[in-house]
Amino acid sequence: MSQPILELKNIHKSFPGVKALDNACLNVYSGKVMALMGENGAGKSTLMKVLTGIYSLDEGEIFYENKQVSFTGPRHSQQAGISIIHQELNLLPELTIAENIFLGREITNAFGRIKWSLMFAEAQVLLDRLNVKHKPSQRLGELSLGEQQMVEIAKALSFKSKIIVMDEPTDALTETETASLFTVINELRAEGVGIVYISHRLKEIFEICDDITVLRDGKFIAQRAVSETDEDSLIELMVGRRLDEQYPRVDSKHGTRCLEVKHLSSSDFNDISFTLDHGEILGISGLMGAGRTELMKAIYGALPYQSGEVLMEGKVITVNSPQQGLANRIAYISEDRKGDGLILGLSVKENMSLCSLKQLSHRLQLDHAAETLAVEDFIHLFNIKTPSKDQIIGHLSGGNQQKVAIAKGLMTRPKVLILDEPTRGVDVGAKKEIYQLINKFKQEGMSIILVSSEMPEVLGMSDRILVMYQGQISGEFSAEEADQEKLMACAFGNNIMEKTA
Amino acid sequence: MNSKAVTDPKNIKKRSMFNKEWLIEQKALIALIILVVVVSFLNEYFFTLNNILNILRQTSVIAILAAGMTLVILTAGIDLSVGSILALCGAFAASMISLEIPVFIAISVSLLGGAALGSMTGMIIAKGKVQAFIATLVTMTLLRGVTMVYTDGRPISTGFTDVADAFSWFGSGYLLGVPVPVWLMVVVFAGIWYLLNHTRFGRYIYALGGNESAALLSGINVDRIKIGVYAICGLLSALAGIIITSRLSSAQPTAGMGYELDAIAAVVLGGTSLAGGKGRIMGTLIGALIIGVLNNALNLMDVSSYYQMIVKAVVILLAVLVDKKHK
Repeated sequence: MSQPILELKNIHKSFPGVKALDNACLNVYSGKVMALMGENGAGKSTLMKVLTGIYSLDEGEIFYENKQVSFTGPRHSQQAGISIIHQELNLLPELTIAENIFLGREITNAFGRIKWSLMFAEAQVLLDRLNVKHKPSQRLGELSLGEQQMVEIAKALSFKSKIIVMDEPTDALTETETASLFTVINELRAEGVGIVYISHRLKEIFEICDDITVLRDGKFIAQRAVSETDEDSLIELMVGRRLDEQYPRVDSKHGTRCLEVKHLSSSDFNDISFTLDHGEILGISGLMGAGRTELMKAIYGALPYQSGEVLMEGKVITVNSPQQGLANRIAYISEDRKGDGLILGLSVKENMSLCSLKQLSHRLQLDHAAETLAVEDFIHLFNIKTPSKDQIIGHLSGGNQQKVAIAKGLMTRPKVLILDEPTRGVDVGAKKEIYQLINKFKQEGMSIILVSSEMPEVLGMSDRILVMYQGQISGEFSAEEADQEKLMACAFGNNIMEKTA
Repeated sequence: MNSKAVTDPKNIKKRSMFNKEWLIEQKALIALIILVVVVSFLNEYFFTLNNILNILRQTSVIAILAAGMTLVILTAGIDLSVGSILALCGAFAASMISLEIPVFIAISVSLLGGAALGSMTGMIIAKGKVQAFIATLVTMTLLRGVTMVYTDGRPISTGFTDVADAFSWFGSGYLLGVPVPVWLMVVVFAGIWYLLNHTRFGRYIYALGGNESAALLSGINVDRIKIGVYAICGLLSALAGIIITSRLSSAQPTAGMGYELDAIAAVVLGGTSLAGGKGRIMGTLIGALIIGVLNNALNLMDVSSYYQMIVKAVVILLAVLVDKKHK
């Protein structure tokens, strides 16, 4: 193999209580796509933050173009030709697309006046290349999450970088957007750019990458060529053990009717009706922006609905606020952990018990012993990797954060548990654990609504599947009759996809 | 895998008792101790029981304001109106006392008045969705105006009655050799500490300050928490007003002007983040004491009050810079 353009050697990095990187290595080659893989908490994102100088390294060396380097921050590494697209977007929603792309290096004349037309033109070129159909003068906040991600990618392209790191770039992208991203990656590869591609989606890795580096518990495990490996052995490398069947569906005995939604309408969805039995998992599929999250938040009480009704065990309930949703034993786990799911500055314990503090207090006083007991039970049950219950949750990996978020919902002992994208940004190992937990609660008679963009997940877990398209239910299938093609067709509004999508 | 040793919760707890992080946590306390030691060497009168009690009494008003301010700042808010509420409620109390209304009733009414004014501010912020800075800037100006109109710009004397004598106990009296305002300060801080650490309300304050949309989605009645913290802040402002009025035996229409900034400084010195969701009430107490000790020391050393302001500003700046460095 040729000489790598970027070499990270024996990197060590510790945080209070956690050894995040323990002898991690990574080589990046010009004109190749290197996949960086590992479970959540394996240290992928940390390694990238060490590379760009956001974190200082405790031990180890970084060689870039045969010189030892140590970057002082993202700006420094960017100037040297290393761009990074973080998992969490670092964009300013109030500025225009073009302003975001050229933030901090606006094109100006000698007196500092911004040359808007030139900047818009250059931004337009980048957007065209990525197939983003928006004007550069549009406010970024008006774009969907996926489109914002594409702007982030456009920004990285504008640096003419020699190395581009993409941390879960397709997480928020639709299939079409992913396709245009892959076209761009292929072009970049042909131009000799080295790419680091971090993703949990095995399919994508085999489609787009040349080599794979696997990390586990912060350690370098292996570097393989994609052509020499397969999914099973890759998963084995990542988790250090064999994973059997990925979606451990359990057959359920459906109980009585639990939740019923009748003709629910709001500005985001229209005339939605469905039922949900005790001990049933109802999958909700569809594209981003189809109104799934809005519908779920309306049932929970976090968003208003204009007409229709929600029935719990045959009785009409009013849900005008999350308080009422919780009081009616409905729990909702947000798709957006950072935004409205968790409070990152508080501890694991404080986050987990937040919805259930009423049950965990005597009158006004918190019952600390009961709270600790309940929280530690869930940490144990969910196998949450945290140094202690008092750890600030922002320091945990995405998968562990997600487990805390689910535990927070379960602690309220809901009858209906709504999981919105429960495995987004979660690695294979933790995913499986989450699936097993979902099944466990299903067997105990809990009704679960599983909203997910990952078709295999919906297909593998659900007893029944609804597909939403532009605020309406465009299809309903039982687990037996559903397959990926049928769901996809409905997600794109049956066969009217040519024009509208 | 060595992760087992790392993830054992007991290990962590033991290690984090007296290590570097603990020291960093306690840097406000350390700064206070250093300050006290240094000043004790510079001035022999400083470290005497009389002067210590004196400092505590002088600090009590700002400390009580800062206690309420801590709650507000923890929710990522700010309250500029504390000084105005202090003056108005002090004036209320003074006129009631001068009319020989029993002390207990006068104080209760005045405290409730403070709470009502505070919850009004909270209402504007929570229901009206007005930014705390703007809303309290408005109430600060408004209530100062009301105080001026009410007092006609002149001090209100509590008079020379038995009721007035009884009332003056709150500002000038002693209990077990310790000034009453100091006791009040202790009670307030113990109460707020309990509120923050042992009640749902306290937990919700941290949650709201940490991430309002997550708090909302978690079924927390965010509006009620907001109104609650401003009400408590208003009530404590009224208490501070009562102490000042009682001590001077009269209510000054300009009382408490600029105190909101001292209170905010005490909160920030105590390590509470202006962004909300992070901070400890005992830090605020230490922050207030640092300001109190500094004032007292500069007075003892005959530094002119003009220079005092400069020194105070520099110390606060240094403290905040050190704080930033460890984050």
